[in-house]
Amino acid sequence: MSTHIGFDFTPPDVPGKVTGEIKYAEDYKREGMVFARLLTSPLPSGRVVGIDAREALRMDGVLGIFTADDLPPVAPPANPALASEYVSFVGQPILAVAAVTEEIAESAIEKIRVDFERRPFVVDPLESLSPGGANAYPEGNTLVRTEEEGPEGTPIRGAEIRDVKWPQSAIDALRAGKEPKGAEFTTEWSFGDLDAGFAEAAVIVEEPFVTIGYPHHSLESRTCMAYWENGKCYFHGSSQSQSANDNGLARMLDIDPANLVFINEATGGGFGSKIGPYPYMAISGNFAKRLNRPLQLRITREQEFYIGSARSGMQGWIKMGVKANGKVSAIDLVVVNDGGMTGAGSGNSSAQHVTVAYQPENMRFRGISVYTNTTPRGAQRGPGQNEMAAVLAPIADKAAKAIGMDRVAFRRMNAIDSDGFEGGGQGPVTSAFVREALDQGMRTFGWEEKKALAKQNGSKVRGLGVGIGYHGAGGRGYDGLVRIGTDGKLYIHSGVGNLGTYSYAGTCRAAAEALQVPWERCEIVRGRTDNHLPHSSGQGGSNTIFTHTRTNWVAAQDAISKLKEIAAQDLGGEPEDYTIGDERVFATADPSRGLSYAQAAARAIELGGKFSGEEYPDDINPITQRAVQGLAGSGLIGVAKDNIPGEGQPPGILVGFCEIELDKDTGKLEILDYTAVADCGTVVHPKNFENAMRGGAVWGVGLAAFERHVYDPQNGLPANTGLYQSKPPTYLDVNVETKMGAVNIPDPQNPTGGRGIGEPTQGAAAAALASAISDALDGHVFNTAPTTTDMIINHLAGNDYSTKYLKTNTF
Amino acid sequence: MPSYDVMPNMELYQPVRVEDALDIASRYADRGWLVGGGQDTYGWLKDRAKRADALIDLSAIESLRGIRETPDGVEIGALTTLTEIAESGLLKQRFSLLSDAASVVASPQIRNIGTLGGNVSQDVRCWYYRRGLSCYRAGGNLCYADTPQGMNREHSLFETSRCVAAGASDTAPALVALDATMVLRSVDGERTLSAEEYFVGPAVDIENTTALRTGEILTAVRLPKEWANASFYYEKVADRNVWDFSLVNVAAAFKVSDGTIQESRVVCGAVQATPRRLQSVEQAIRGKAKGAVTAASVAGMASEGARALAHNGFKIPLMENLVKRAISA
Repeated sequence: MSTHIGFDFTPPDVPGKVTGEIKYAEDYKREGMVFARLLTSPLPSGRVVGIDAREALRMDGVLGIFTADDLPPVAPPANPALASEYVSFVGQPILAVAAVTEEIAESAIEKIRVDFERRPFVVDPLESLSPGGANAYPEGNTLVRTEEEGPEGTPIRGAEIRDVKWPQSAIDALRAGKEPKGAEFTTEWSFGDLDAGFAEAAVIVEEPFVTIGYPHHSLESRTCMAYWENGKCYFHGSSQSQSANDNGLARMLDIDPANLVFINEATGGGFGSKIGPYPYMAISGNFAKRLNRPLQLRITREQEFYIGSARSGMQGWIKMGVKANGKVSAIDLVVVNDGGMTGAGSGNSSAQHVTVAYQPENMRFRGISVYTNTTPRGAQRGPGQNEMAAVLAPIADKAAKAIGMDRVAFRRMNAIDSDGFEGGGQGPVTSAFVREALDQGMRTFGWEEKKALAKQNGSKVRGLGVGIGYHGAGGRGYDGLVRIGTDGKLYIHSGVGNLGTYSYAGTCRAAAEALQVPWERCEIVRGRTDNHLPHSSGQGGSNTIFTHTRTNWVAAQDAISKLKEIAAQDLGGEPEDYTIGDERVFATADPSRGLSYAQAAARAIELGGKFSGEEYPDDINPITQRAVQGLAGSGLIGVAKDNIPGEGQPPGILVGFCEIELDKDTGKLEILDYTAVADCGTVVHPKNFENAMRGGAVWGVGLAAFERHVYDPQNGLPANTGLYQSKPPTYLDVNVETKMGAVNIPDPQNPTGGRGIGEPTQGAAAAALASAISDALDGHVFNTAPTTTDMIINHLAGNDYSTKYLKTNTF
Repeated sequence: MPSYDVMPNMELYQPVRVEDALDIASRYADRGWLVGGGQDTYGWLKDRAKRADALIDLSAIESLRGIRETPDGVEIGALTTLTEIAESGLLKQRFSLLSDAASVVASPQIRNIGTLGGNVSQDVRCWYYRRGLSCYRAGGNLCYADTPQGMNREHSLFETSRCVAAGASDTAPALVALDATMVLRSVDGERTLSAEEYFVGPAVDIENTTALRTGEILTAVRLPKEWANASFYYEKVADRNVWDFSLVNVAAAFKVSDGTIQESRVVCGAVQATPRRLQSVEQAIRGKAKGAVTAASVAGMASEGARALAHNGFKIPLMENLVKRAISA
């Protein structure tokens, strides 16, 4: 029977967050610390031809400047910490100035003269693809991969920039909402027979769509502070991850990872923008080394807009064929991503959402990601999947309506199950129970009852919506590390970052559960490299719950084996004659014959070898090896790589139901009800699950109806560098309550049964709200995410309004 | 323009008497910067998009605070916070139009520190201008928003003159609707202006949104009793329900007798640089029954003369709908 998994607890850092005592990177001060500020580009595209910092360097208190010449050269398409020659977006850092105070450093920035040579620029990917259109880089406008794409959030490797232009007819077609025939793409896949699929269809729906890019707005910007002592770099950063930073950050600092102490007790959000080390870490660490002073590089809110990366926007076209019974027989999908200055697009992930949400029998995907002179793009909560969910939901509704089918029934007909597939490769999933989620959600929400309610109330109209959110939610092959101390306590070493989701703590419960240790006798050891932390996944892609309940489970199993071996050695018999319970290992036949965990830990130290970490398995990662070496001789060590057999993608899936009232006079909407049901295996930590549901719903509302991202095509300037201009929804814009539930059917490939669910919580809410807006307006398909107040008013007023205005960066 | 966020060095004055503040304001003239709650100050200065030699902090001048009943109506000190106005029993009872307007300004945090004087004297919110571009309003010779490609969703429909920025104040239309009087002091004495005169568009003064002259301080706002307890309607439509500027707002005051409108003042905000008084609507509804029928008959009149830019055409039906709702309510 479960003792920890599925029960609430208070993660240890919660009190510090409530009282404000917990420290973030910017809170750390060090004697002699100096301050660096960035000088950023005023131009969207150009070449730095000269830097004159003489006046700044003559100022009292200014210690030096740091430029790209102080760092290893970085060629496009990589995102350099400092522009080396080309500047490719407004706000791109060009140099850093260090001074004894921040005020002096900022005043010094004003004294530096940078001479530029202007280059043509482009902020709209379709403009760049047009004949004669400008390219964001001199080398071209699109990234062509020569190697397979790495995991989400990892640096781009194996790629080159090329110049791709489409015939004007293809540009015109896409802008008119039609298939861009004759267009060149860089990513293509298909399965089945598309033509046959459309031939079977009773209904074919064809729609364009546009989603905006959106900058990250983590409350904590990526401020870093670094200092060096005895050849080691102590680095305070703001990351989603912990151990996953070690190798990359050490490379940036040109040191052996053993000489890096990465410290990150708490992080004020990341949402995909801080999965691994970000380029600007190189400035803090190397500038500190050069000055031989602790150095803080504070990143302002505006700079976080510039360098914190953004979701890639997309312009696309979809054709969906549906058979008379409601089964989706064919989907043809085109996505043009706005890759910003880094070229990162998420079209393939958007297509992946389509496969999971509707399990089409035949499908083709064609995509291209185009560079623009806008901020770097990267992962952002369900990248590709969530924005696709939002624009696709009303289109799916239109198909369901055309076939005469209830919208929930349509989704149920096409829902993925444990025999289903995901992605263009039609890979397997570990398990899926979406029909169960839809049924549960319908009941909780009262779908049928609400359908019977009156539609109109004065100027207000009611709308009901349903949506599905999906993200792959789990990884394999990382390491777990636990230690039983001579005090009998269980020390769970976690290399998982504390990004605000508390998954670092939830996953540790797996070890406590396996070793049957009360939670108050457990301690999570984490937050800095010199706490001896194992190799862990990056906290991206909603993977942590699946990935690290497994690693902590296998580490605990290793500890259990060692407990039994020690007991057998000391008390006779074979290890399998022993069992554990009540913090003891004892003979199954005679529970009085045994050792406490404290006694066993003391014996492990005496016995040495594998028992106390002097020896360890060959297959654990070098990061974990170093961690074990650091712990050797301090207790009974449980350490193992996750080799749990199995295959397939663990899916995180959420279904959302939304009821709104939309005022036709003002275009404003009020969310009356939002219900979400998750298919995420066993819920590991209910309280935290609830918080994920609420937080995801808020951002989903933003994605569907509020967010703003505006670039001026005249001068490449971004309009929304501040938080309020980006319009994340506020407390008064979202649903008061999120009704929630979970199917709670354990995933067979996780001993604890859990899968991740973080990202889809946004996508399902966005899709359900978009669906509800469309429903309120008699099925009108806006083809946009978000659909904002002004768009709704324009539609109701019959104003000239079409996709001609809809560009990823300019609406 | 590189990005900045640290306050530059400048002198700071914190007078406790109006007379001292006026002396300092006179001495520094256009090199001085008056600050009340600071909500439209620190952004400009920290971004280094505008500069001053001296910051004259008025917040310690107690005589500029408070809501007082006078024989002619109510006088509100310019430093009275928006929260105090929103929560004032006196205002809610007699001039709820203003307390309603104050209650939807920005966010609770900003209302707690933001003042009435600051709210009505704030600069326009054109994002090009606020980025420090050298546009007409900033002393340059072009407008970035009034072009076919300009990103001008929030900009003006009316009364543009080189600059197309719209006014950002939620309380200003209410003050015009209430026919408020603005009290201005300088070392040379006191003068008063009607709210309509206080707000100025770009055709009159392209670099300032008010008639406040260098060295002058807005000390109080007077609400005449003539409009006390009229039938009021205020509505703000913004993208978000909190912490946002109006896309369009409406402030209306009606004197109604036996269901018939005797007199009215109907004003829209965020459609031009100043509050837009809809006198043709006021005239058309005089003597008509206050209700949906009258509202429907004049709604189109509200937007007469509007010139939409590339992205702000939605403001026309929105304005018409809000005026319709004001008259219907």
